Order: sequence, then C-alpha cells, then structure tokens
Amino acid sequence: MSAADLLGTPPSVLAAGAHLLTEALQSQAVPVLDVDFRPSETSDDVAAALHTVLSDPRRSTADASALAAMMGVRALLVEVLPASEALGLQPGQFLHAGPPLQWELASGPMRGALIGAMLFEGLATDAAEAEAKLAAGEGVSFSPCHEHRTVGPMAGVVSPSMWMFRLVDATDPERVAHCSLNEGLGKVLRYGAYGPEVITRLRWMADILGPALAAAVRGTIAGGREIDITAIVGQMVQMGDEGHNRNRAGTLMFLREILPALIDSGLPTADVAKVAAFVSGNDHFALNLVMPCGKLMGDAAAGIPGSALVTAMCRNGTDFGIRVSGTGDAWFAAPANTPQGLFLAGFGPDDANPDIGDSAITETMGIGGMVMATAPAIVRLVGGAVPDALAVTRRMYEITLGENPAFAVPILEFRGAPTGIDVTRVLRTGIAPQINTGMAGRVAGTGQVGAGLVTPPMDCFEQAIVALAALVPTD
Amino acid sequence: MSSTETTATTWHERVEFRPGSYHDSVTLLRVAQAAASTAGVSAAQVAMATELNVELTRGLGFTVPEDVTPQQLIVAIRAVDDAALTAALEAVDGALAAASAPAPGARADLDPPRTVRSAARSEPDSTIALLSVPGPQVLAEGLDAIAAGKHLMIFSDNVPVADEVLLKQRAAEAGVLVMGPDCGTAIISGVGLGFANVLGGTLVGGSVLGGSTSSGTEAAPTVGIVAASGTGAQHLSCLLDAAGVRVSHVLGLGGRDLSEAVGGASALTALQLLEDDPGTDHIVLVSKPPHPATAQKVLAAATALRTPVSTVLLGTGNPDITSAVEVLLATLGVPTPNWAEWGTDREIATDTGDLRGLFAGGTLADEAMIVAATALGGIRSNIPLRPEDALPAEALQPGRPVLTGQGHVVVDLGDDAFTLGRPHPMIDPSVRLGLIADQAADPQVRVILLDVVLGHCAEPDPAAGLVPAIRAAVSRDGVLDVVVSLCGTSSDPQDLRRQAQALVAAGARVHTSNSAAARDAATIARGGVR
Repeated sequence: MSAADLLGTPPSVLAAGAHLLTEALQSQAVPVLDVDFRPSETSDDVAAALHTVLSDPRRSTADASALAAMMGVRALLVEVLPASEALGLQPGQFLHAGPPLQWELASGPMRGALIGAMLFEGLATDAAEAEAKLAAGEGVSFSPCHEHRTVGPMAGVVSPSMWMFRLVDATDPERVAHCSLNEGLGKVLRYGAYGPEVITRLRWMADILGPALAAAVRGTIAGGREIDITAIVGQMVQMGDEGHNRNRAGTLMFLREILPALIDSGLPTADVAKVAAFVSGNDHFALNLVMPCGKLMGDAAAGIPGSALVTAMCRNGTDFGIRVSGTGDAWFAAPANTPQGLFLAGFGPDDANPDIGDSAITETMGIGGMVMATAPAIVRLVGGAVPDALAVTRRMYEITLGENPAFAVPILEFRGAPTGIDVTRVLRTGIAPQINTGMAGRVAGTGQVGAGLVTPPMDCFEQAIVALAALVPTD
Repeated sequence: MSSTETTATTWHERVEFRPGSYHDSVTLLRVAQAAASTAGVSAAQVAMATELNVELTRGLGFTVPEDVTPQQLIVAIRAVDDAALTAALEAVDGALAAASAPAPGARADLDPPRTVRSAARSEPDSTIALLSVPGPQVLAEGLDAIAAGKHLMIFSDNVPVADEVLLKQRAAEAGVLVMGPDCGTAIISGVGLGFANVLGGTLVGGSVLGGSTSSGTEAAPTVGIVAASGTGAQHLSCLLDAAGVRVSHVLGLGGRDLSEAVGGASALTALQLLEDDPGTDHIVLVSKPPHPATAQKVLAAATALRTPVSTVLLGTGNPDITSAVEVLLATLGVPTPNWAEWGTDREIATDTGDLRGLFAGGTLADEAMIVAATALGGIRSNIPLRPEDALPAEALQPGRPVLTGQGHVVVDLGDDAFTLGRPHPMIDPSVRLGLIADQAADPQVRVILLDVVLGHCAEPDPAAGLVPAIRAAVSRDGVLDVVVSLCGTSSDPQDLRRQAQALVAAGARVHTSNSAAARDAATIARGGVR
C-alpha cells in the first residue's frame, strides 16, 4: 500500500479512541471516520500472547503466504472410490468429525453414527452389541477425519465400505482430500440415526450410487472435461448458495457436469435414473464436494511458521477444535456451543446436541456463514432477516486476512468472500466466525432436529494465540 | 495460464485461458468492452469458455484449443502492436479487479468499522489515523494503519517503548510518519489534531496581539515545526503566531523519539516531509536535549536538507522558549513584538513565601522550574531538575498530590503517573481546581503559578472554572498572588484575549510568555525582589 500524501492533501482522519478528538476535528470541518474500537476483553496471559504474535516480524509475510496458498487451490474431483481403497481403512477402523475424541465423552449423535457404521460394516448384529464393542474398544478404533486428509459432515463417520469423493489440488497434485457421499436429510447416519432405513440407504449408496458416480466421473474426465469444484463453488456462491446450509445450485451444477457421462456409462437405465433422482433430490449433495475443496484449501495454508490463519474448524459433538497455520497439526479444543435456530416439527431447543461436524471447513475456506449475505433464501431458516445476513458478512471482513475473488458475493458488489480467519483479529475484536449449521438430536438414533447458527468458543482462539506466541523466536 | 502470441500478419494477438476465475457474463461484457475500447485494439473477447463463447471467439479469428473447459476464462485480444496489446491486457486486469472491489456508496446502513484496517478500507483516501486507544493496544491498530499506508498520530501514552520502536521501524519501511506515542499536538495544513492552537487568524484582518508586527510579514518565511514536546510546540507556535509568522505544519514526535532506543526515527521522516513540502521555507526542530547519538544522526540529516533548519533545545542550560523564539525571529528577519501580558502592573507585596506551580503542560512546567530555580534555588517536583529535588512518595498521592511543607514546588499534572486511567488536566480541570484551594489554605504559599493552554480539545472555557478558584485564593487571609502562563491565540475557540481579561478580573497576573510568567512568580515569592 503506497503511503498517503500527508502534507499535500487536506487531512482526512481515521480516529480510534477518545471521541473528544473526533469532535475537535469535526468542528474544523475535517472528514473523520470513527473506528468503533472496543478494548479486547481477554486475560492478561492472552493479551500478552496476542502482543507477542502481533510483534512477530514474520507475521505479515507468513499470513500473506498462507492466504495465497489457501486461495491458490484449484480443487478437481478426480475419483469416487471406497474408503478402504482411498484411505486404506481396515474393518473396525472408523473416522469421525472434529478433534480427537474418546468414546466415554462422545455425544449421542456421534455414538449413534458409530453404531450405525458398525451395523453397516456387519461388525455387530444390533445396536446394543455395537455399543458394547465400541465402549470396550474391542476390535475397533477411531480417529479424526482431519488427520486422514478427509472431512465429514455432522458426525462425519467414515467406515471402510463407504464410497468417497477424492479431490486433488491442480496446483499441487500431491495434495488430496476426501469426503463421503451425502445421504440426504432427516433420518441419516451423519445425524446419528442408525435405523434399518439408514442402513438400507447406506447399502444402496455403496452398491449402486458409489460405483455409478465413479463411472460418471471417470467418463467425464475421459471425455476431456475437468470437474473443477473450485469453479463450481465460485458459481454457486453467485447463485444463492453459501455452501454450508444451502448447496442447491452447486448440486445441480455438479449433476450437470457428470450427467452425460452417467447416462453414457452403460449402467442399467433404472440405476442411472435412480442415481440422478437421488443426487438432484438432495439439496445438500454438493456439500460433500464443497467440504473437501475447503479441506484442500486449509491444508494448503497449513504449517507456515508465524501465520495466525485458521486452517481448520470442526466439532465432534462434544468439543470444538481449530487448527492454525503456524502451529501445524496441533488442536485447540474447547466445549462446543449449541446452535440457535429453527427446529423441525416435534423438536425444540432441549433436543439439540452441541455443535457437530467438519462442515465448518466451509467457513474456514471463506464461505458458509462467512458469506451469509449471498444466501438470502435461507436467512430465515437460520433465524434472521436479509439485512442481518449482509451485516454478518460485512462483519466477517473484520476477522479475515483477505478477500477471495474466486468466490465473489454479488450483493456486496462482487466483493470476494472474507477468507483466512485471523486468530489475532478474532481476539482483537471479539468477533467470532459465524457458522451456519444443521442440528443433530442429542439422543443417539434421533437424526436431524433443526438448523441454525453457532460460533466457536473463544477459548479455542485463546489457546491458539498462546501456542503461537510460544513459537515466536525470542532473539 | 497458457498463452499464444502470433505475429503472422501485422496484427499482434494474445489468447489466454485463466482457470478458477469465474465472473458473471454481465461483468465480463464490461471487461471486454474496456479492452475493446483501448486504442489500437481491433478485437477483444473476455468470456467464460462455454461452448457458445468458444465459437464466438473462433468467429473472431482467434485460435481456441479443444481442451478448454467452461470454468476457464478466455481473454483474447488483437491489436496493432505490442504496446496496445499490453494496454488492453492491463485494461482487462483493471476492470476485473474493479469488478470485485467494494463500491463507494451509501454507508448509512453499515456497522461502523471495528479496526483501523477496515476503516482504511472504507475511507481509502484518508491520510492519518489518530489513535487514543489504551497504550498496550496501540500496536495492533498502529500496524493496521501503517499497512494501509496511513500516517499515524498516537495520542495515547503508556505505550511500551518496544512497540514504539517496532511501529517506527515498519513506518519507515512504508514511508509514513508516526507522531507519538504521547503526541498531544499536531497541525497539518491548518488542521489541528489533538491539542492544537488555531494559527494564522491574526493575519486575516484582526489586530495582532503584541501589537508590534509590521508590514512585510508576507515576505517572511513560512515555518514548519518538528516537535518532540507538545506544550513546547504549542508555546513556540503561539509566540510565532503573535509575531505574525506563518506556520505551515506542526509535526509532533512524542517525547521518546529522540531517545537512544527510538533513535529519532520519526524526526528523520518529519524533516524529510517538510523538506519536500513546497509550503515550508524554514524548519524549526524543538526538543529537549536528545541522546547524543540520536542528536548526531538527526542534526546530520537536518544539515543535509536544502531547507534551513533552526534547532530549539529545551531544558537546563538552554535559552527559554521565549528567548529562542526571539533568536528565531531575528534569523527570519521578523521584528520581535512585545509579548502580551495583563494585570502585571499591580504592586507586589513584600511578603515572601513558597511558589507552587500547578502545570498541565510538561515542557512549560520544566521551563518554569528552570527559570524560577535561578531565583529561588531548588524546586521540588514530580519531574525534578535534579534527583534530590524529587517530591517524596507520600506527597504524590494518586490523583491529587499533597504539597504542604514541601517548599517551592512545580508539579506536572499531565505526567503519565497522574493520567493513568483519567483524562489529561487540559481536558479535566477538577484535580487542579482542588489543588489551587489546597495551596491557598497553606499559609506558607505566597504565589501560585498556573499554565492555561487554549486551543482545540482543551476545555471550552478554562477561565470560567479558574475564576472562582483564583478569586477565593487571592482573597484569603494573608497575601497570595496567582500568576498565569496563558498559551493560545486570539483565533482559538476560547479566545486568548477574553480568557486573559476574565483571569485578570479575578485577580491573576497573566503572561503569554511562560518564562516571563515564571520570572514574575519567582519575584513575587521573593517579596518583589528580582
């Protein structure tokens, strides 16, 4: 940024602090913009750590590199394949959403999803047996999706027989990310339901949907067409999807990409029709493509010493965890908040589980709640009016490092999505990232109970700044 | 990004396919128009590579490979020469950038910015960020301002010295000036920031205070001031103003800039800014004696300038500000006026006693001590001239010092120790009004010396509060005088002359020269013996 001309132009002032100084300027007819400065309300330890990080000479370059890496990702869908092949998962190995978790502390929906996965994999004949084996750790193990180049919505449970999207970053083909296929809404595994209809659907997805999508993706690519998820995200954000709670346009655009090859795949037409109907009938189908795109973006920005850019935000139904570029793989976790919002018929606030899922990777990548302004169609779903949605997105620019021109928000004059959440700015302003989310029932087996808004606990950011400060060279 | 350049005919062509940059077709139409309207361009296409657009592009005679995907942006230009081609590509990039830039427009419905960074984005043409946030939080907002290319004035005190060094380092890299921390005053192109007097008004039609400025001031050089002392700069600029000298700018540095740690970083930038300013003919650098290494560096820089630089050093062993101004006026070829004073022809009673100086301005307090000490000997203070003159801790109660029995005392009520968590005494007079009553109740006290600093941000009518306190003090049992050092101009919102008249009517003796006021007070303390 070039320096302003101080003496050659009439002063125009930005003022932060005592209003008296502003009034004295206004009385001289000088243009003044007042900053609504509010002293940050953090403990002395956190304030000292924030100060250390702000003083770190590496910071601005590190943040710029992390942001550029995040926005430089071009995510391509290259394959659909079972988790056993994609990730080498063995029977009894499960992935789950959020930061690391112990069974004893697992929430209802997380337990429900793991039970369902046990049943789906044939490792138990009923829920009670599945639960007992999971509790005993008998032949089972689980670890976070995020630690396996994977993300999963809600409970995010992945088992070896589930089929996965595989995305690669065109700018660094070594970088890959995975996500399971989206089951739809209501009674579904990711919301903790494990009834017969859930397991039946999972079987159909493994037997028909997965292989059909695999063939369609193969055929599309063989026909010379890339399936550029970054480009789809850029377009869906301009079509009223925020990419977290609304993925309708993205879903249809994805279907448009693969439909010719799906039809041409040689599969029975009844299966083709069923697959097309399933995908187009599930407005969230593209969420599971947006999320691994975000995972690629977060991973691309990870591990840059001195950067306070947030590379992952996720929840396991008990804790909310974040990762920060400058601290690599470390998790900073704290008890998750419970979302506020609207409930499906028959459910109320008491039925809601605390925040759950890796889907906050959408906010991490700069969309979802961060671009609420672009999705006026769903602002009432999450309990607001259109002006609130505009205000939310404008507020998010306060805590992000940059704006992503690839994800432009039309209503804000095509301003790029607020991208690269900066731990220092979250703590300076006290503004938490806005997350749009679904709500799972707190009792295992319930399924979805609503959708709403939630924010991460500030404690995550406070832990992160202390860890970042400890890594600042002291020479 | 792939591109092909052909020069088969006399035409120059460029065709690019940019991945991952989706724009809607209306935006792209405008971008294409911007390219097409560039001089020397015969054909331009900027569009997403849909089948239709690929056909249209081929129809314009461009070569489009088979493997393009609709997610790619086609940029195809044909122009008479390479310069036109480059210009058209720049037009495309500019128009694409503009398409995703926030539009200037109504802000009425917007939440106010929460940080200096977002304020700077809302007001890209702003020039200065003025910070008065708590000292420890200056760093974050200051770095925001510097990153946005804004100059900084840091009014806040209690800023860690390491933060000052860091901010000034970054500012030097960015080519911006940091005034402060603890910079109370600046004047930029006539605009007062913080505590600042309204200068120049006396030249426009009004009578000139002091009376003796003559014609010919139009030819006098215009002075730019670089000041490491807030009230020092105010006093100096008010005296220059009274002498009819124009002041272009007053750039504050804060009290620590010329220390060894900070190394005069802001002084060097400020000197260069004034050197480059066509409206400044003469530079005055005002400071307490700087650290020798810093002094050497700054004076070397000053000597290298084309603009003449006068240095006014403050403190023991140096001329007082009034004398320094008189030397400066001689240098500038401007006659020295009689510095205005009111109520000083009253007879002085022969009683002797203690002098109590209650100051809001640190430099004025310092100068008053130096002047009075030559007549009275050691003067105790919270900013003592010698360590042995320090007021004992029990006298420096938080908020309101207790001076009874301390002999001659001058306190600086604007010192950080007194202002932590409360407004500066130039803004909030309550502490000093209480102290005036305390001194009047002390039979040892013979004379109270006050500074009254006018200008923007100072109290709207300081005399209104002081008049009852002065009246009560001078009418106590036993003789007591009140001397006021009044720093201001007749154009200040409070009006110098009106303030002086009210103070004199209450019984005070009023000087526009601080050293004259201090001398007057010292004489009174000695029962009229000069």
